[in-house]
Parts: sequence; C-alpha cells; structure tokens
Amino acid sequence: MEFYCKASMSSSSSMMVTTRAEFDLPEYSVRRRYQDFDWLRNKLEESQPTHLIPPLPEKFVVKGVVDRFSEEFVETRRKALDKFLKRITDHPVLSFNEHFNVFLTAKDLNAYKKQGMALLSKMGESVKYVTGGYKLRSRPLEFAAIGEYLDTFSLKLGTIDRIAQRIIKEQLEYLVELREYGPIYSTWSGLEVELSEPLEGVSACIGNCCTALEELSEDMTDDFLPVLREYILYSESMKNVLKKRDQVQAEYEAKLEAVALKKEDRPKVPTDVEKCQDRVECFNADLKADMERWQNNKRQDFRQLLMGMADKNIQYYEKCLTAWESIIPLLQDKPETK
Amino acid sequence: MLLKDLSYGGNDQRGGRVGSLCFVWQMLHESLFPSSEKMEDCLAKKMEITVSEAEKRTGRNAMNMQETYTAYLIETRAVESQNEGQCSPVDSLWRRYSEFELLRNYLLVTFPHIVVPPLPEKRADFVWHKLSADNMDPDFVERRRIGLENFLLRVASHPVLCQDKIFYSFLTQEGGWKEMVNETGFQLKADSRLKALNATFRVKNPDKRFTELKHYSDELQSVISHLLRVRARVADRLYGVYKVHGNYGRVFSEWSAIEKEMGDGLQSAGHHMDVYAASIDDILEEEEHYADQLKEYLFYAEALRAVCRKHELMQYDLEMAAQDLTSKKQQCEELATGTVRTFSLKGMTSKLFGQETPEQREAKIKVLEEQIQEGEEQLKSKNLEGRDFVKSAWADIERFKEQKNHDLKEALISYAVMQISMCKKGIQVWTNAKECFSKM
Repeated sequence: MEFYCKASMSSSSSMMVTTRAEFDLPEYSVRRRYQDFDWLRNKLEESQPTHLIPPLPEKFVVKGVVDRFSEEFVETRRKALDKFLKRITDHPVLSFNEHFNVFLTAKDLNAYKKQGMALLSKMGESVKYVTGGYKLRSRPLEFAAIGEYLDTFSLKLGTIDRIAQRIIKEQLEYLVELREYGPIYSTWSGLEVELSEPLEGVSACIGNCCTALEELSEDMTDDFLPVLREYILYSESMKNVLKKRDQVQAEYEAKLEAVALKKEDRPKVPTDVEKCQDRVECFNADLKADMERWQNNKRQDFRQLLMGMADKNIQYYEKCLTAWESIIPLLQDKPETK
Repeated sequence: MLLKDLSYGGNDQRGGRVGSLCFVWQMLHESLFPSSEKMEDCLAKKMEITVSEAEKRTGRNAMNMQETYTAYLIETRAVESQNEGQCSPVDSLWRRYSEFELLRNYLLVTFPHIVVPPLPEKRADFVWHKLSADNMDPDFVERRRIGLENFLLRVASHPVLCQDKIFYSFLTQEGGWKEMVNETGFQLKADSRLKALNATFRVKNPDKRFTELKHYSDELQSVISHLLRVRARVADRLYGVYKVHGNYGRVFSEWSAIEKEMGDGLQSAGHHMDVYAASIDDILEEEEHYADQLKEYLFYAEALRAVCRKHELMQYDLEMAAQDLTSKKQQCEELATGTVRTFSLKGMTSKLFGQETPEQREAKIKVLEEQIQEGEEQLKSKNLEGRDFVKSAWADIERFKEQKNHDLKEALISYAVMQISMCKKGIQVWTNAKECFSKM
C-alpha cells in the first residue's frame, strides 16, 4: 500500500493528520492530539517489540522559558510529529500495523483505544515477552557492536547539543552588545555635519546585522536542536530494544540448558524451547534489518541537518556582507557643497 | 588603512625598509593632507620620519631606583626629491615616552592656538579580555610605536608646528635636548595653563563659535569613549562565539571515528570548524587599528577643548582688565569731583576720621591716572592679542575639521572593509563545511 501521510497544524493542541492512499484518491484527514501519537507509539512498541520505533518529540518541555503556545514551539513539534509518521510510513513492517491504520482513519480514536484494551486481554496471544530474570551468556558480536555504537553516538550527540546551546547563548550575548553598539554611531552622527550620513549608515548597517544574527539564533533553536534531541531519544529507545533482544536470547539459552540437564529419553526438543529459538532468530533478523535502515536514514538526516546548519550560517554572513557592501559608496561619497 | 601600512614597516629587514620608507611616507603624507598645496614648507616634505623599533631598557630613575622602560628608535632621512634611487643616510636616536610627553607639553604651551596632535595613550585602556593592560606587553608596545610615529608625522605635517626648533632638535639631537626644552622656560607658563584648564570662571562675551566648539569637543569625547567601551565588549563576545565553534572540530573528529560512510565528511568538516575558530584572532587584531584611529580623535577632542578654553581664559582676562580699568576711572572721577557714587570703605573711613587733604587727593588722582593709562595700553594689547588668537586659532580649527572629517571617513571605510572581509571569510568556511557535510 503506497500512501503518504502528513501532520499539519490544526490548532495549538491538535494536529491534522492527512493521508492519501494512492495518487488519484482523495485525501483523508483526522484530528489527533499529542496523547494520541503517544498512544500509537506505545501500541507499536507493544505489538512490534522486535522493531525500532521512531521517537516522539519530548512530552514535557522542561527548559524554562519555552512558550508551549508559541508559533515556533508548535511548528517545531509539528515537524517532529510529521517526521514520526513518515518514518513509520517508510517502514516495511510498521506501516502495515493495525494500530497505525486505525490511527490514520478512525473518526473516534478514543472508542478504539478502550476497545483495544479489552481485545488484548481476550486475545491471549500476548506479545509480551519475558523481562528480567535471565542472564545472558554471550552477546553476539554484531549486537554488542551496535550497543557500543549507540552509546558513543548518543554521547557525541549530547556533546553537540551542548555546544550548539552554548553557541546560541554566546550569540545572544554578542547580540546584546551589538544592540548597544549600533545606536552610538547614530548619536555621534547627530554631532557631526559632513560625517553625519556615513555614521548614520554604519549605525543602520549594524542594525541589519543584529536582525540577521537574531534570525540565525532562532533558526538554530527551532530547527537544529530539536532534531539532535530526537536522535538522542531514538538512541535511548533503541538501546531498550537491544536489551529486550538480550532477554529473549537469555531466556532461550536458559531453557535450552534446562532441557540439556534433564537428559530425557526423547531427544526431541520441546516446543516451547523451539518457540524461544524462533523468537531469537526473528528478533535478530528484524533488528538487523531495522538497524541497517536506521543507519541509512540517520546518515541522510544528519547530512541534511548539518548542511542546513551550514546554510543558515552562510545566509547570515551573506546578509551582513550585503549590508556592509551597500554602505561603502555612502562612506566614500564626497559632499557636493561644503 | 593607510596608517596600517606603516605598522608593518617596523618588522621588515633593514635593507628592505629603505625602499619601503619612501613609499610608505608618501602614502601617509597624501592620506593626512589631500591638498598638499598648503604644505609647501612643512617638514614632512623634506624629511622622512619613522619610529622604527622599540627596545626594553633598564636604568635608574630620579630616585635612583631601578626601573624598566621602553625606548623607541626615531629614524630620519632627508628627502632627495631630484635623485630617484639615491638615498641619503639615515640618522637615528632613541627616545622614551616621557620625552615625547615633554615635547608635547612644550608644544601645547608654546602654541596655545593650535590643536596639538595627541600622543597614544599612556596606559592601555578600553581593553577586552584577551588584550593585555600591561605596558610591557609586546602588542601594546607595538601599537604604541605606531602611535608615536603617527604623532611625529602629524607634527611634521603641520604648517606651524613643523617649524619649531625644539621639535626639530627632538628628531635630530640626541644629547642635551631635555636641557634645551627646559631652558625655554615653558614650564612656568605650563603651571598657569594647567590651572586655567581646570578653573571655572564666567566669561561674559565669549566668541560663540568657541563656546559651541567646546561643547562639541565634550560631546565628541563622551561619544567616542562610549563607542570604544562597547566595541571592546562586542569584541569580547564575538571572540567567544568563534572559539566555541572549535569544540565542534573536536567532537566531529571523535564522532567520525565510529562512523563508516559519514566519517570522512565529518572529519573534514571538523577541520573547517577549527579554521573558523582560529580566524577570529587576526580579525580582532586588525580591528584594534580601527580602535586606535578612534582613540586618536578621542584625544584630539581634548586638544580642541584646550584651545577653546585658552580663548575663554584670554577673554576672561580681557574682561577683568576692562572691568578693572572702568572701576579705576570711576574712582578717579569720584576723587576729582568729590562725589561718592559708590560705597567704599575708604569713603566711610574718611568720613569718620576726617577728609583727606587736597594734596593727598591730588597724589591719589595722579597715581590712578598713571594706572589708567597703563591699563588702557594693556587693554589695547590684550584686545589685539585676543583678536589675533581668535583668528589664528580659528584657522587651525578649520584645518583640523577638514583633517578630522577626512581621517574619520577613511577609518569608517577601513572598518567596513574589515567587516566585509570577515563576512567573506565566514561564507568561505561554512561553504567548505557544507561541502564536507554533503559528502557524508
């Protein structure tokens, strides 16, 4: 099934999720709140525990001065939710998930949510895997490597996040000083006759640079930082999936060992141990495939993110360059009459 | 930006500098005086002057205590305008900052109607955190060397000041110069001048132009020092922004170690971040030249103010003399006619203790008449002095105004050029980084 879906702004508290199944079919839209996305994610984690589920933007915004109703915040969130939907759409398994389908189409999602709880207990075919209790003998090298990679990766992202925040802070402090600096040229201009226009020109120029700098800092805050944080969250949830995989393998190994110790006449392996082996093999396969996909997407996402950061800085300098170049003729101008 | 050409003159090899001296001097001369018709006889046309080196010295001061100071090498050479390529020998002598100060004080006292060029600051002021406030710091010494050279060139280019013998000796006579200056006795005038600058007095009829100009110089000093203070803070903050980007270099490098396909792009982008962070040092060093140009005019404003005050002082002196003359004339009249129009203690005492004799009165009148005649002559010459001062001071002020407008315009242009260069560097670095990211 080929479709696209996107999230757009409906109001500050809910998103419009729009789906289109095929090119010539009409669009279908439903209204969803953040908690609905949260519900969807939990359901996906439950029903597809062997897969990597994309992260949601943070639930609670802890950082002091963020206005939850500001345009920038809502837009940032919208982009993240849109990304979330797109990642699921691109996933060969998750995109077919029943809960996802309902999420996209149900007019009354709440009714389904309640129903879903009941359904689960009836079904019995629980997808709940055993957690805890079993100790892993040896982790396969490739999963150990993934674990190590994710550790270092999230560490480095954390560092980059801190650096980016520091840069924004320094830029804002620089901006404060510039905002005092520019007007002094204006004051001076008022004292002079022949130098009046040149000085005023410099003042205006600095003002333009201030505006450009403000835009740069805003862009970094709104576009750069959230994506970094998203990937840090992604890494965290992925590490959890890795832990689950370890648990499944541990359970299988323990059960296998128990059977080996029993020394029964029937050499046949009991069915539940077989099931465990299946689980392990499925999990490993799913995880490997998802990791590959994740690595690819990550590379594209970061390529785009970092190029975007470079672009914003280039634009900032280009704006400043234009401002300064435009006043050179003004400064060089000789007065017509003395 | 033309003054900047001078700044690197001191760093060249000896041999190579002789040629560059000619070029550099000519550039400066043209920059200081766009219309050189006025400068036919000024010293700067006949002689090349540079402050080429600075050296740390130790010696004993007046209290016989050991002190460390910096000495500056002044080199002069007569200009051979006819023979190109043939250069006359270079004369040189060493002077320290205090001798420059002495020279300037002498000029201030001797030419009160001239806006005397200022010296570079005695102590480092308006510093931002990376700049040292230490007088022995090599960067400070270097900037001071440039400032001192600039001072000498300004004086040498001034139509009046350049003709002064003491100035000429300062450039050419190593020994005995201090004694020569002191022999002029300018110090005696200096004390009263200092008092005059600080005293507050009410002038009834100052020349309005000088009052306005004094007001202007106060405002100019205030605005330039505000500008310099904030510029230093701006520089500080900008430094911080650039340097933090250096951290990207390190973390990109570390991150690239765990990546396969992304690794190369990240690593090379990190290198560009390092380049970016390092670039701010040169950028801000260049900006210091701009700050120095502003500082010169900050100090020039003070010199301008001094000329205005001198006018006020002369005017006040004149008014006091006129007032004194009027009262003496009145006294004389009263004595002559016997009427007392104004209250005086003498009048009262004479009423109480008896009138004075006609002979006594005659004597008094005679003395007063002599004083009145003296006073009238003095008043005449003071008036003349005052008018001459106003005329010549205003001529120099007009010259100064043109110089100021020209120089500050040049300074603003060079500042804009610096900013443009900084923007272009920024675009270059981020474009390079972007290309590296695109290869990820």
